[in-house]
Amino acid sequence: MVVTKKIVLRFPKRLVERPIVYRLVKDYDLEFNILKASITPEQEGLLVLELKGDQKEYDKGINFLVKGGVKIESLSQDVTRNEERCTSCGACITVCPAGAFELEPGTRLVIFNNEKCIACGLCIPACPPRAMEVHF
Amino acid sequence: MAKTIAEINQKIKEGKAVVFTAEEIIDVAREKGIKKAAQEVDVVTTGTFGIMCSSAAYFNIGHTTPKIKLGGGRAYLNDVQAYTGVAAVDLFLGANALPDDDPRNRIHPGEFNYGGGHVIEELVAGKDIRLEATAYGTDCYPRKKLESYINIKDLNQATLFNIRNAYQNYNVAVNLSEKTIYTYMGVLKPKMGNANYSSAGLLSPLFNDPYYKTIGIGTRIFLGGGIGYVAWQGTQHNPQAPRTEKGIPKGGAGTLATIGDLKQMSPRWLVGTSVLGYGCSLTVGIGIPIPILSEEILQYTTVTDADIMAPVVDYSDAYPNNKPDVLAHVSYAELKSGKIKVKGKDVPTASLSSYPRAVEIAGILKDWVQSGKFLLTEPVELLPGVESSVSVKPFKERPIEY
Repeated sequence: MVVTKKIVLRFPKRLVERPIVYRLVKDYDLEFNILKASITPEQEGLLVLELKGDQKEYDKGINFLVKGGVKIESLSQDVTRNEERCTSCGACITVCPAGAFELEPGTRLVIFNNEKCIACGLCIPACPPRAMEVHF
Repeated sequence: MAKTIAEINQKIKEGKAVVFTAEEIIDVAREKGIKKAAQEVDVVTTGTFGIMCSSAAYFNIGHTTPKIKLGGGRAYLNDVQAYTGVAAVDLFLGANALPDDDPRNRIHPGEFNYGGGHVIEELVAGKDIRLEATAYGTDCYPRKKLESYINIKDLNQATLFNIRNAYQNYNVAVNLSEKTIYTYMGVLKPKMGNANYSSAGLLSPLFNDPYYKTIGIGTRIFLGGGIGYVAWQGTQHNPQAPRTEKGIPKGGAGTLATIGDLKQMSPRWLVGTSVLGYGCSLTVGIGIPIPILSEEILQYTTVTDADIMAPVVDYSDAYPNNKPDVLAHVSYAELKSGKIKVKGKDVPTASLSSYPRAVEIAGILKDWVQSGKFLLTEPVELLPGVESSVSVKPFKERPIEY
């Protein structure tokens, strides 16, 4: 079974210079798409990846990362909407390049599909009541 | 069959008033016909929840010991400057006001995370607000400095006073240029990458009374979650705007000045707002009841999104340079479908005004009227209409000669 998942990887300093993504491709035959990459002033690495491959190989690849000391989170935990502040105006809908916001037919409430989110951050300052939050 | 407001109020007091929202009345009138619906229905409620600049509040903070005269001095609420030029302890705070040290658009587009609108929201939420003020001192008001927390519950008056709200129709904003622009109509992508609009359409108050036959000075309304009033015509009120055959303005037209006691309002309906690259503002909830005094008035309340046309305007050139060019007129039915066609191109649309919240406001107002706690008022005077001489004029610039 083929799976596609968006995950956030956090590397400790000692792993920043190692070719980890290369190993995911070579040893586990996983396709990757880098959505975001950065190294903080403390030399920690942050990588947001979309990974696609066979479920078994995917699990082995993730296991390899965890054993190596990489912290892994699902991307959906990192971009969230403050439901108290969202007014469902819809200003985010055309700003999002991934189509993660849509209107619920009938009610016209704005739905946030965080599995479509690519964590680009464009919605954060474009949201008038500042309801979108990113927690990298 | 004409009804009077007094007769409708009698039914409201008896809990017998027949009330529908401006969304519901469309089907009711379709089923029963205009004549029967006008006889049976007493009130139609409207609602809108959008970013409304020209919103503001004033406060009387009470006299300190020893006394201070803020008038002519300076005052800040959570670092946002308030206007002091009214009197000793009266302050006026506009939704657009910014802290002195906000970077504005120095790094474009500025974020505008906190301003006057946010102070109003936090005050209404019951949070303590930091007041820092300086004054020049007089014999009767000797104090020169004041630093204190203030809270809405301790203020003598806290009054929301919005000098232009509830615009009757508005532009649809697009960007014909090659780069992204950041406007009060939101982020606009290049080459007409998106189109933003800002009206609740068929639920919006002034679309349901297009000739201002019932709404006027003294009309009691839902304002910011509490009860408010129409105080006056809003600034830029323009009854002369071109209209469709049904009388619906085809662009920005009537506006309202609204007033109400901030102490009974709620932060759910007054939301501090940040407009990227533009500034701070306040998103305001307004609902207005329309008394069904005649068939004509009922007919107006049956307006649908297909009846309402809005002008598509280029915000990269036509708007900033005050050119009259309109790219197209599109209906709210098209806008709400998610895309419009402009010059042969499909353009995705987004709204800056919350339709679900507009529905909620019209529903709350309906409940208030049905439960007998909200009576209608007879306007002291109607707003200037098409027969008046009121219109909106551009600035007349006359260079100063030295």
